[in-house]
Amino acid sequence: MVEDEGIQRYIAHAILWIGIAIVAFPVYLAFIASTQDNAVIANGQMSLLPGGHFLETYYQTIFVGTSGSTREPVGMMMFNSLVMSLLIAIGKIAISIISAYAVVYFRFPFRMTIFWLIFITLMLPVEVRIYPTYKIVAQLHLLDSYAGLSLPLIASATATLLFRQFFMTVPDELLEASRIDGAGPFRFFWDTLLPLSRTNMAALFVILFILGWNQYLWPLLVTTRDDMQTIQIGIRKMITTTDALTEWPIVMATAVLAMLPPIFVVVVMQKLFVRGLVETEK
Amino acid sequence: MANVTLRNVRKDYPNGFEAIKGIDFEVGDGQFCVLVGPSGCGKSTLLRMVAGLETITSGEIDIGGRIVNQVEPADRDIAMVFQNYALYPHMSVYNNMAYGLRNRGMDKGEIDTRVREAARILELSPMLDRKPRQLSGGQRQRVAMGRAIVRQPKAFLFDEPLSNLDAKLRIAMRVEIRKLQRRLSTTSIYVTHDQLEAMTLADILVVMNGGQVEQIGNPLDIYKKPATTFVAAFIGAPPMNLLSLRDSDIKLPGAAPEAGILGVRPEDLAIGNGATPDGGIALDLAVEAIERVGAETYVYGLRAQQSGQPAVSSKPGELPPGEILVRIPGQEGPAVGQKIRAVAPREKLHLFTADGRKRINS
Repeated sequence: MVEDEGIQRYIAHAILWIGIAIVAFPVYLAFIASTQDNAVIANGQMSLLPGGHFLETYYQTIFVGTSGSTREPVGMMMFNSLVMSLLIAIGKIAISIISAYAVVYFRFPFRMTIFWLIFITLMLPVEVRIYPTYKIVAQLHLLDSYAGLSLPLIASATATLLFRQFFMTVPDELLEASRIDGAGPFRFFWDTLLPLSRTNMAALFVILFILGWNQYLWPLLVTTRDDMQTIQIGIRKMITTTDALTEWPIVMATAVLAMLPPIFVVVVMQKLFVRGLVETEK
Repeated sequence: MANVTLRNVRKDYPNGFEAIKGIDFEVGDGQFCVLVGPSGCGKSTLLRMVAGLETITSGEIDIGGRIVNQVEPADRDIAMVFQNYALYPHMSVYNNMAYGLRNRGMDKGEIDTRVREAARILELSPMLDRKPRQLSGGQRQRVAMGRAIVRQPKAFLFDEPLSNLDAKLRIAMRVEIRKLQRRLSTTSIYVTHDQLEAMTLADILVVMNGGQVEQIGNPLDIYKKPATTFVAAFIGAPPMNLLSLRDSDIKLPGAAPEAGILGVRPEDLAIGNGATPDGGIALDLAVEAIERVGAETYVYGLRAQQSGQPAVSSKPGELPPGEILVRIPGQEGPAVGQKIRAVAPREKLHLFTADGRKRINS
């Protein structure tokens, strides 16, 4: 890229900074609010500089929780969210890579029918099938369990499709070389396809983890017990208090905490993630 | 070490396409057999059938005295080198070579000995820890060879292993493959569409066309006595000139009555001076183009008395109708537009039946 001269460069930078400010300001505000005293926020005189209640608020948020509405420490909610997101992300990857393997590498009756059935489920969002799904989960006695939170969300047409496309770009000769090298279907999958899919799996993990983490409607339906609620549900419950003042510092601290795991996952996986998106080397 | 024998091998696809229409040949122990033919002639399919990657519709494939029709590729005791090498991208060179042995549950020490020995032979020793993407094309090709060698199989199968290399490297690797095969004296079947590779590598050359064998034999015998016009045009570069005897004014005294096509190799034509050699031919040509490649010169001439009909059958790889190619040594030769006379003695002429399917020995 040719470097722009003088003033143009400053304008470009200024625009970028404005953009960053627009995106970052609410996050900053949430963090600031989490360090202020609730009374200060409530009477609308919040300063734009951090207050002095950082340790106190975060200690209370993580280990104690709000005094009223949620009745559980946010640490517990984060743990629930973490378990659910990990189960969803890992489960989705495992199920879809296996079904993609079956669809691409095996000839069985109605192979294409099954593939199209999987494909069609793409067009059915969770909300459409939420009532039957709830009914099945309830009949299986999976309400208020990690299995109930994650199992119905594990099937994934998108991920299956993605792995299918990836497998179809793997040269046939690799399969043939494996056959001559004495590797059966399981060995070929384990020794060759899985290592080759590593970057795809990492990219998918990031996306799916965040997807799982941000689930709201489904956890709201299947969990009723306080110790099973996820952080997204928790935030919502904290805000709608009926008889008491909303504890804004704790709400904001929870929001900040809710951002941390996805950020962590993105940062850790970023290298692999980017490679997964742009990878051409086979 | 083993013989590889094919007996009436056929391959039909469900849609009715006959890929292989009944092929018989035998590759003796330690011999190097080359399957050559244009693309789509079934040579790769045939090799993959020997490897066990394609099913056999009928017939028998026998490797080392065992009929392997129903045997899995891994249990046929063969090793294959693929056109794109098919190296495992995520494994080091060492693991690429060791993988097949590990799957067979071979002892670790033995694997190590074999891999290091193969690496030494192929000069890959310093690269054992690298990944395939860190290697050049020639090195990858050698790793693919190494993977075949460490198995110590009954037969090597090569599927156009050199076609992804540049011209210079291809020639170097061609010689290396030949040397290596001599040294290991492992029975080999090698598929190529490059007739030069075929000529230089083969003990036995199998020329294939349309799922059938056109001719089997020693490469030089095939060059000297092509059995059909297809072989005549395919083996030898540039290709043999083929002229229809019926439609032209060429008279060959004493030729068999069924002779319909006359063939003469560009290198067997000389620029002469009037007299037709006894029993031979003289072609009057108007020079259309000249290619000087240094050691030799190719003269493209159009026959002076064209009757209008194409005198030459136009199959792929052949000259346009009516054009005759003369190959003369050195850089001298006529100029474009000049009239020349090309002559060939009787013993250099090849005669075929009018349909080109049969050679007539004159």
